[in-house]
Amino acid sequence: MTRVLPWLVGAALVALPFVYREPYPLHILVIILIWSFAYTSWSVMGRFGLTSLGHGGFMGVGAYVTALLWNKAGMSPWLGVPLALAAAALLAAVVAYPCFRFRITGHYFALVTLALSGIVLQVITATRDYTGGSLGYTPERYRGGSSLYALQFASKTTWYLIALGVWAAGLWVWYRVDRSMLRYALEAIAEDEDAAAATGVHVTAEKLKITVLSAVMTALAGSLYCQYQMFISPDTVSGISVSLQMVFAVVVGGIYVAYGPTVGAVITIMLAEILRISFGTRAVGWDNLVYGILLVIFIVFLPKGILGSLLDLRRPRRAEAVPGT
Amino acid sequence: MAVFDIYLLEALINGVLLGGVLALLSLGLNLIFGVIDVVWICYAELIMLGMYAIYFLDVVYHLPLLVAGAVCIVGVALLGVLLHVLVISPLLGAAPINQLLATGGVLFFLQSAATVMFGVEFKNLGLRLPVLKLSGMFISYSRLLAFAFALVGMVLVYLFLTRTYTGTAIRAISQDRQIMMLMGVDSRRIYLITSALGGGLAGLAACLLVLQYDIHPFVGLSFGPITFLICVLGSLGNFVGGFVAAFVFAEIIALGGLYSDLEWGYVLAFAFFIVMMFIRPQGLMARRS
Repeated sequence: MTRVLPWLVGAALVALPFVYREPYPLHILVIILIWSFAYTSWSVMGRFGLTSLGHGGFMGVGAYVTALLWNKAGMSPWLGVPLALAAAALLAAVVAYPCFRFRITGHYFALVTLALSGIVLQVITATRDYTGGSLGYTPERYRGGSSLYALQFASKTTWYLIALGVWAAGLWVWYRVDRSMLRYALEAIAEDEDAAAATGVHVTAEKLKITVLSAVMTALAGSLYCQYQMFISPDTVSGISVSLQMVFAVVVGGIYVAYGPTVGAVITIMLAEILRISFGTRAVGWDNLVYGILLVIFIVFLPKGILGSLLDLRRPRRAEAVPGT
Repeated sequence: MAVFDIYLLEALINGVLLGGVLALLSLGLNLIFGVIDVVWICYAELIMLGMYAIYFLDVVYHLPLLVAGAVCIVGVALLGVLLHVLVISPLLGAAPINQLLATGGVLFFLQSAATVMFGVEFKNLGLRLPVLKLSGMFISYSRLLAFAFALVGMVLVYLFLTRTYTGTAIRAISQDRQIMMLMGVDSRRIYLITSALGGGLAGLAACLLVLQYDIHPFVGLSFGPITFLICVLGSLGNFVGGFVAAFVFAEIIALGGLYSDLEWGYVLAFAFFIVMMFIRPQGLMARRS
């Protein structure tokens, strides 16, 4: 049963837009899938105690590089997205390598990466002649609107399938990391760096691998968001509040389980949408108010998140405790 | 004479004045970190609430500005105590990163509470302090005032920490938190006093910032991150380091703003921070590790 269930759910998810075509719920589903992928990207490294507050920066690079190459250089996103991912990988390596080499961990790592998302936000705002600054930026529509070459589609069904595929790929990467030697190396590093190094783990290289992987995935989420929404602004795809939003959703959903970030995305986005629909403009601010309280409550009482705690209830207690606590 | 002209001098002086305010901002955060070993990510949001308190007391209820300021300092100090009791103390034994994230949740909460209660409109005291003209340079009185108050505040905190019994206990705890418990110091009481002191400093900062800046729910984001970077650059918990780092940062921002846009000043300051972290990972004034 447990082997068949994921395939059944997967098939149901793929079939959904062909049966059910209401644009608004499909839009919400696409948004949830894209953000789930972004949160999964964060948790790929976040679960090993590498708390980055710089992922807003990587997402911003992904979105803005793709859009700028399309508008200014006429470069198709098929080339632009790989270039954007390469730019994010380079940025991650340039900042993270010295961090790991000089053993900047914990608080200090979080604050250095916080500076990184601050830099990306300020650069986007400062180069307003090219990026539109805080007013936002729109990739130009390609002729009729829908085109495979320009990666622009008018139909929500197409976007739903793309987002679903990328989200599934994100989960696949999560599982690959989960089953790899990299995971054991990083868990050892999270426990004790010196001891891990003494047993032959190359601390800097292993941390760098996971950081670049996570940054590239986050940048892909940024490009995807840009292509789907056709509008990006520094506040929605970069900066410190986006970084905090990622950490928040993952912590609420469950940082140590594969579907935790997805559950986090569903909860946070549904909460915001329900508040917006039922209260309209009076709801401005209420969603973050609830987020804030939830985040504090979760960290104090349920540090494993909703899904993590639920799975713990079902599973018979194992001898080994949760890593990274 | 192009190298050293009057605009450069003006930028340098304004940098020093900005540095005074930043130093005051980092002082409270450093105190909290040095003693309780917790980073209050929501520190700038406490200041934002203090600014709103002054606005309402002064503009809506017509209290004198000095009274409003005093109420603000006491009020934010109480908020600091509340934050410690409700959020920090249940997490004292948890991983440091959890404490950081929990105060991040408080940041979200305070920001949106302010949005819900006060709306997103910009508010200000409607108070225009004159501008001092000095041989062709323009220096605003509000900045001078803020600088002076920041210096006085820092001297008072220094005297409190070095000349009183409680201050000595606070410094001792920041040096070795296990041993001081054995010496009969009630660490919970010291933590509460430190939180109140840190909150009070945030309140004082609010009094000074409200003279220069408009108030809105997201004002904390404009100087919160830079405060953390200053504290880290000066070694978290090291007061003298934070002081020096504040002036270095302020000069970079002021000079960057002189030669280009203000945003590039910030970009330069952030980039300088990252480079410095690689050169001196423990901050400018590293204590023995």
